[in-house]
Amino acid sequence: MLKINNLIVSIDGKTILNDINFIFEKGKTYAIMGPNGSGKSTLAYSLMGHPAYKISNSKSQISNDNTIVLNGEDITAMEPHARAQAGMFLSFQTPLALSGVKVYQLLQLAMHGKKDPLKIRNEAKAYAKELGISEELLNRPLNEGASGGERKKMEVLQAAVLGKSLLIFDEVDTGVDVDALKSISKFLIKYKKDKTYIVITHYNRILHYLKPDHVLVMVEGKIVKVGGPELAKTIEDEGYEAFT
Amino acid sequence: MKVTRDKQKEDLNFDYKYGFSMPEKSFYKAKKGLREDVVRMISKIKKEPDWMLEFRLKAYKIFLEKNMPKFGPSLENIDFDNIYYYLKPTENQADAWEDLPAEIKETYDRIGVPEAEKKFLAGVSAQYESEVVYESVNKELAKEGVIFCDMDTALREHEDIVKEYFGTLIPAHDNKFAALNSAVWSGGSFVYVPKGVKVKLPLQAYFRINAERFGQFERTLIIAEEGSDVHYVEGCTAPIYTSESLHAAVVEIFVKKDAHVRYTTVQNWSTNIYNLVTKRTHCGENGFMEWIDCNIGSGITMKYPSVYLHGEGARGEVLSIAFAGKGQIQDAGAKMMHFAPNTSSRIVSKSISKDGGRTSYRGLVQVSPGAKNSTVFVSCDALILDEESRSDTYPTMKIKENDVEIQHEATVEKLGDEKLFYLRSRGLNRADAESALVLGFMEPVTKKIPLEYSIELNRLIKLEMEGSVG
Repeated sequence: MLKINNLIVSIDGKTILNDINFIFEKGKTYAIMGPNGSGKSTLAYSLMGHPAYKISNSKSQISNDNTIVLNGEDITAMEPHARAQAGMFLSFQTPLALSGVKVYQLLQLAMHGKKDPLKIRNEAKAYAKELGISEELLNRPLNEGASGGERKKMEVLQAAVLGKSLLIFDEVDTGVDVDALKSISKFLIKYKKDKTYIVITHYNRILHYLKPDHVLVMVEGKIVKVGGPELAKTIEDEGYEAFT
Repeated sequence: MKVTRDKQKEDLNFDYKYGFSMPEKSFYKAKKGLREDVVRMISKIKKEPDWMLEFRLKAYKIFLEKNMPKFGPSLENIDFDNIYYYLKPTENQADAWEDLPAEIKETYDRIGVPEAEKKFLAGVSAQYESEVVYESVNKELAKEGVIFCDMDTALREHEDIVKEYFGTLIPAHDNKFAALNSAVWSGGSFVYVPKGVKVKLPLQAYFRINAERFGQFERTLIIAEEGSDVHYVEGCTAPIYTSESLHAAVVEIFVKKDAHVRYTTVQNWSTNIYNLVTKRTHCGENGFMEWIDCNIGSGITMKYPSVYLHGEGARGEVLSIAFAGKGQIQDAGAKMMHFAPNTSSRIVSKSISKDGGRTSYRGLVQVSPGAKNSTVFVSCDALILDEESRSDTYPTMKIKENDVEIQHEATVEKLGDEKLFYLRSRGLNRADAESALVLGFMEPVTKKIPLEYSIELNRLIKLEMEGSVG
């Protein structure tokens, strides 16, 4: 599904991710946890192709093959939109408001005519209802006047309409109240099907719902530990001290 | 992927409908250059009354005496001797589409006049070169006493009304280009809406220049009587030529007590055209004037739609969009003059500059003594797309009354990288993401425009944006 080989990423000359190697398998749910500044969001942004994050040449002696491969396709040099078209979706940690860009319009542009506009509209409406997003918010420019929780719901709604195969949720649970967390989680479970989820989080509470197959711990730009759901529990109880 | 892109480009090429020109086939063409005999000749061909000839001749003298504007972009390349001041494409006006000459029909077909008409026209008045050649006025409108015709017809058939208003709001000595227009004007629209009549559908006119080195000097006069309501739409496209042309129009609007006029312009002259237009409204008691002014084309535009708020409680609005690409200067703005108590004005200006283009907001708000309890709102937002482009703001406020509320906002922004990344992560390529943001920036103004115009406008902007990305 998603294969990361010797990924080294720097921003403004500073190395943030140091030799990440991992294979995310199809249909599984992964949690990525780690202290602030450990590189979780950088990983998400780098996978999506943010231009500010530069992929450096590998210092690894074993292999100089530093690539990101999605569904068998090498996406390392691809622009963000091509990665999206290859099946990737990123739910942003702090979704911006886009003045004048309506939600439907964005979804239509993103679908490139592959889905009928009316169908997009009906789907979005139905998903909004499930998530408890008001119809009014759906008719406005994206996230204009929306609360933090509403913005996260809007990310999840987009994920559902766009129907990608690899979905990265960067702290979809922060700034969200208990009820919203519940509806987001239920929604994600309902539409999971054979999709791959990568859930970046600080908290165990969302993982109670999503039940990850694997939990990855990142510290200082590296994956330092991989385990099952019990790892999240350990972190919740004891913090990251054991890994640093 | 690649196939999709190429396909898109093909579609765009197909849609690029103003980059063509029809061969000229004019029945009459004045000599180049402006002399008194040219002015006399124009008036004679049109069989005008003496007072109009006098008006033209006086204006011609004023034009000779007037200096060029002392502000704004340089106009020194305008060669007044190298311009045709009158051109008449066909003998008579046609009132049915079928009667039009094939060439003109083809030109219009490509602009989409008949389609537009089918969709929601109340009446079409389309100008080809300097004469209105095609016009159909909805019968229902005529029944209610609404007059919608070209200015030349109005002078023949409604001389009394024309004489009462023509040139009273924008006299020839207002500025050099108003004087020029007054001397050689030809065509343009005349709209008269009787007391209490509300015209439900927008009245539209299409303008087009199709002769090289030919200046178009249309003259529009709109009178909205007490309690009436009308929306007039002016859309411009022009074929691309290599030598320079001049468009100097004058638009005078009278909004009477409790009346409402909205005047929408989508200006897309080709970039070799000087677009120098004087637009002004006289607004009576509780009247409401809206100028919606979108300037996408032309090489240099200088245009500052004005509202003179004479009646108590009168309201004026100017919503404008200016887009300046390579080699373009859009010097646009607004003028609001408060002469009475409880008057309010609102200016919202959105400008976009890219590839070295230059936009300027130039505005004047004046509140006279005694215009108590008036409110003024000015907001100008500039979007600059690259390092080579530029945007300037020249706001002038002359407030001579203490009891007023004034709000002024100005922002300059660049396309945010994070917003772009967000859209790109959703599957939009860079160009699509940029145009989505630019269109979003313009949205507060475009949402006020009739749908088909806003679609055309959005498409034009998209084309302009496409041009920037290899």
